[in-house]
Amino acid sequence: MVNGGMDTLVAIDRIWLHERTGGVALTSLAESGRPIAEPANVFVTLDHVVDTLPGRTDDTMMPTGSEFIRVTRAAALAAGLTFFDLDDERQGIIHVISPEQGVVLPGVTLVCPDSHTCTQGAFGALAWGIGSTEAEHALATMTLNLVRPQAMCISVDGTLGSDIQAKDLALYVISQIGSAGARGHVIEFTGSAIEALSIEGRMTLCNMAAEMGAFSAIIAPDAKVFDYLKGRPYAPAGFDWHDALQSWKDLHSDDGAMFDAQFVFDAADVSPMVSWGTNPQQSSSFQSAPASGKAADGDARSLDYMDVSADRPVTGLPIGGAFIGSCTNARFEDLEIAARVLKGRKVADGVRAICVPGSGNVKRRAEDAGIDRVFREAGFEWREPGCSMCFFVGGESFGEGERVISSTNRNFENRQGAGTRTHIASPASVAASAVMGRIASVRELEELDAV
Amino acid sequence: MNAFSTVTSLAVPLIRENIDTDIIIPSREIRSVTKKGLAKGLFAGWRYEAGYEPKPDFVLNRPEYAGAQILLGGANFGCGSSREQAIWALAEHGFRVIIAPSFNPIFRRNCVRNFVLPAIADPAPMAKVDGPLHVDLTARTISDGDQTWAFDIDDGSAEVLASGLDEIGRTLLSADKIGAWRAKDRAARPWIYLENRA
Repeated sequence: MVNGGMDTLVAIDRIWLHERTGGVALTSLAESGRPIAEPANVFVTLDHVVDTLPGRTDDTMMPTGSEFIRVTRAAALAAGLTFFDLDDERQGIIHVISPEQGVVLPGVTLVCPDSHTCTQGAFGALAWGIGSTEAEHALATMTLNLVRPQAMCISVDGTLGSDIQAKDLALYVISQIGSAGARGHVIEFTGSAIEALSIEGRMTLCNMAAEMGAFSAIIAPDAKVFDYLKGRPYAPAGFDWHDALQSWKDLHSDDGAMFDAQFVFDAADVSPMVSWGTNPQQSSSFQSAPASGKAADGDARSLDYMDVSADRPVTGLPIGGAFIGSCTNARFEDLEIAARVLKGRKVADGVRAICVPGSGNVKRRAEDAGIDRVFREAGFEWREPGCSMCFFVGGESFGEGERVISSTNRNFENRQGAGTRTHIASPASVAASAVMGRIASVRELEELDAV
Repeated sequence: MNAFSTVTSLAVPLIRENIDTDIIIPSREIRSVTKKGLAKGLFAGWRYEAGYEPKPDFVLNRPEYAGAQILLGGANFGCGSSREQAIWALAEHGFRVIIAPSFNPIFRRNCVRNFVLPAIADPAPMAKVDGPLHVDLTARTISDGDQTWAFDIDDGSAEVLASGLDEIGRTLLSADKIGAWRAKDRAARPWIYLENRA
């Protein structure tokens, strides 16, 4: 770090860009005539507006989407950046492919003009979302001016139930601390329940820190992280691997470290969770009614938009759509867990069910394991990688007033389409709901089977 | 010149909690790889009926607020997506100050980089004012000529806003120091520098 006056100038090790917000940073910087400082440390892909139907091209269902694709590709190639194109198996959602390629590493600073960049904190990196203008600054200088964020510790001890996914834990924490509960803080997730999470689960939890208003999230890297990264294409190799590993082992908070804020949760209190409102904090267990949660300004508006009752759980409400995908929950483990629920079952009539793997690698691995067949036979569409219907860009939508259960991160008004009502939940709950044709957790599906 | 000192204008009250960047500019309104032409899509979901017919009851459509440069927002303003198009749209519409009890951190930084002042203060009493508000960055105050309220902003952001200077140019003045730091770091952590990758 170089002291730069009021702010601190922080060195940036890795930059990721996508077509939605990165293309404009590249073209704007090129127009200014300033060069990119370290092209080898800049990675670019296409994930936000690309189509995810088989046989896709640069043309998109989103009107003008192809402009974003073509401009970004041309700018990335002209600048000599590492670019994963649509026909490349390495293409996918940035926060899925960055670890797959070993781009994110413990101890690095990594930025991307994308609010869910905090996902990559699961590897012990300081990874955070920036704006396009900040991205230009990072590209030109490999630094950013930063006011030191505050530190928050969220510790979760105990054992999560066997049917509880990291997504349930994330929604539980948000429902407790609120959508701005971690505003401006870097959250360190600690405790035995966090250590027990898989790498994928840790990424899901860190991903949802964006929905707590956090600057970012981080988990101390451990053997699971080191094993995951070893041998990845852009991870250090040989002597570098040995040296890197030695340095990574020191990347943990000291015993008794002081935090600006602290929360302690018990894993035993976490149930399968589903959102009922238009903000992730408006989430509850499948058994609870919205009014039993923390009442806040705007609840009435949310209940109205979602067409749900304050006095009744959302469980049982009929759905028209089920979506498994996004940087939150489209990794191999997510698809594997959903497939376990779907195996031998069928999506209910009238439900449009879609699965979008997070990357080309996830898709191929799933296909090698026969997971795509389980999805297809159940009645799910099986798509090409991308962000897809996590948000509406003017192309595909579930439709006005349609109720959708989704493994994504945001249940905002109009997020998945004008008037679309989004309930966010774990991939397992999305799969169970798709089969039931109504909002349901795996517990309800299994109880029904037992009758 | 982007330098920010004072703004005097009517303030548009839109005091709801958690106004996210999808609301400020829906993704479908971002049609082109440019920082321009976004004002039309500002608050599109709330502002228009089908066919961009203005909804008369939405506050931004009220004739008295045409040309207003101050927006009063609720807590956690600008949460959600990092899209800088949200602030580009607000700025192009003419807003130079947003007053809210709190801001999302990415949105707040995007404001500053675009020379829009994110002033942290409770906007409720200001919403009761009939006439214009006067915002003074140096004094860090908002006044209606009668009452005066203090607002918060971090020193670094206030300096950037007041200077109006291009941030990249400012940082590149320290290029030597940055280069020296990187040379040392390159020796300590060679695996970070991927141009060396075999």
